[in-house]
Amino acid sequence: MKINFLKRYSGLHNSGINPKGFNTSQIPFYIILLPLAAFMLLPMIFIFSNALKPPDELFAYPPSFFVISPTLKNFSDLFSKMSNSGVPVSRYLFNSVLITVVTIAASIIVSTTAAFALSKKRFKLKTALFAINTVALMFVPIAVTIPRFLVIKNLNLIDTFTVHILPGLAMPVGLFLIKQFIDGIPDEVIEAAQIDGASDVRIYLTIIIPMIIPAIATIGILTFQATWNNSEISTLYINTDSLKTFAFYLSTLTSTSTGNVVAGQGMTAAAALIMFLPNLIIFLLLQSRVMSTMAHSGLK
Amino acid sequence: MVNNQATERVNPLKKWFYKEGSAYGFLSMYAILFIIFIVVPVGVAIYLSFTNFDTIQIPNFIGLKNYVTLLTQDDIFMKYVLPNTIEFAVIVGPGGYILSFLLAWMLAQLPKTPRTIFALILYSPSMTSSVAMSVVWLTLFSGDQTGYLNSFLLGMNLIPEPIQWLQSPKYLMMMMIIVTLWSSAGIGFLAMLAGVLEINPELYEAGALDGISNRFQEIMNITIPSMKPQLLFGAVMAIVSTFQAGAIGVTLSGGNPTPQYAGQLIVNHIEDYGFLRYEMGYAAAVSVVLLLMVLLFARLSNRLFGS
Repeated sequence: MKINFLKRYSGLHNSGINPKGFNTSQIPFYIILLPLAAFMLLPMIFIFSNALKPPDELFAYPPSFFVISPTLKNFSDLFSKMSNSGVPVSRYLFNSVLITVVTIAASIIVSTTAAFALSKKRFKLKTALFAINTVALMFVPIAVTIPRFLVIKNLNLIDTFTVHILPGLAMPVGLFLIKQFIDGIPDEVIEAAQIDGASDVRIYLTIIIPMIIPAIATIGILTFQATWNNSEISTLYINTDSLKTFAFYLSTLTSTSTGNVVAGQGMTAAAALIMFLPNLIIFLLLQSRVMSTMAHSGLK
Repeated sequence: MVNNQATERVNPLKKWFYKEGSAYGFLSMYAILFIIFIVVPVGVAIYLSFTNFDTIQIPNFIGLKNYVTLLTQDDIFMKYVLPNTIEFAVIVGPGGYILSFLLAWMLAQLPKTPRTIFALILYSPSMTSSVAMSVVWLTLFSGDQTGYLNSFLLGMNLIPEPIQWLQSPKYLMMMMIIVTLWSSAGIGFLAMLAGVLEINPELYEAGALDGISNRFQEIMNITIPSMKPQLLFGAVMAIVSTFQAGAIGVTLSGGNPTPQYAGQLIVNHIEDYGFLRYEMGYAAAVSVVLLLMVLLFARLSNRLFGS
């Protein structure tokens, strides 16, 4: 205890990688990182600040960066408003929440089952299939927007709730990260369970799942970001307004573009903040798990 | 006799099912979705790229004509889209990548709490949606004097009159690069940070004994070789996110095509032909070229970091 205390504050072991406490050798890094972090934060602060500004501050000239007398009026305006087609904003928000929750759950099931097979099961095509998935890491979805549209149209998924969920479930990065993480579980653990007569389903549920919680958290976050922030699916595949998402609604507020930005600036800022906050909160809660998953992320 | 043959025929299948069936069972859901939403679209893109398809009539096969047109007759592609894409990719790709690595390395030199706070701040742009951010960019870089950047620069007397940051062909590319670099510390950055932290500290001690005297030598001789797998993962993620970020020009300027094609990237070109002109075959050919470009860059980074 005492030695630990000494180690921590004497600064003897505090230089180099992953130090335990402060050391003067760290000062140059702070000097570089502090202004950079402040600069990176500006747009975030701007979202918060603008969302809380009353109208006279929003249109003040010269514009002030920080809010002076914060108000929640923008939020109440936002929720009392209907979209042009008569759909209340809360409906979009409800859709987004529901779609995100279902997609995350489905994505976790789909990726963990496949990762379990690719990591711990023995079958002929194993190496080949994993190699295919590794190539698919380089897949750029935006490049095949058109063929994807044709596929979705032929499956009769246009204008359905499922089209929000299905396309994002096969996520090569997610499968890759979970597979690498499961590789870290020793084979002996699974062999012991097999000798005890446990079935594959049982091994998956009682051994694998509890041991890969950090990886599950990571894929949960990645799926969350991809789904919650997604406005393209609503734009491309959904015609019925009441099936569209909050991200889409936000994009309509901005894309009526250039001239109209000023009109609902406060509401737009409030909506942007609602889009951003869940991202921040979820990442804050799960960041240590994400980092421990990322330690397994190496591509060989 | 007959009976015997039948069992012999069934047996290998049964045996196979007993041995490998459950593995394929576990894989099936992912595999089906992977095939439907990744393999088939890529296949369809390749097929359509050899056809003439206007979404109404059945595609008719025209061989390599789309590719020939793309390389010889598409002035916009050769004059604007390709140079723009290369400029954007070369600056944002390696630039964002090197930035991510240096940031990850610097963060690893700090104790846990400040490191986590910095990592969170640097990663935060990657978790925000482009939609939410476009709200911010459109207001910050608004072209009249009420835009924050214009107002700031006017106030400092640095510019005589407001600049059309997002509408002027002169500045659009620069703004696109800044905005994308700002959010370049993504998942690859987290992987690299974890990679630096994972390196066995004894390697550094051994390096010090072997005569490594400064931080730069340490990075070149210990850090980078020890985290090659993470560096490769980071590189692949950087390439993908660079090409995926292609829509930013349209988001910022508010329309496709971008003003005088100044911010037109290959992704916008696909959209332009596919969704605005309904020349799906031609758009598919451009998509295939884009996928090939990504693959080429990924191979290149495999050369650099592969083991």
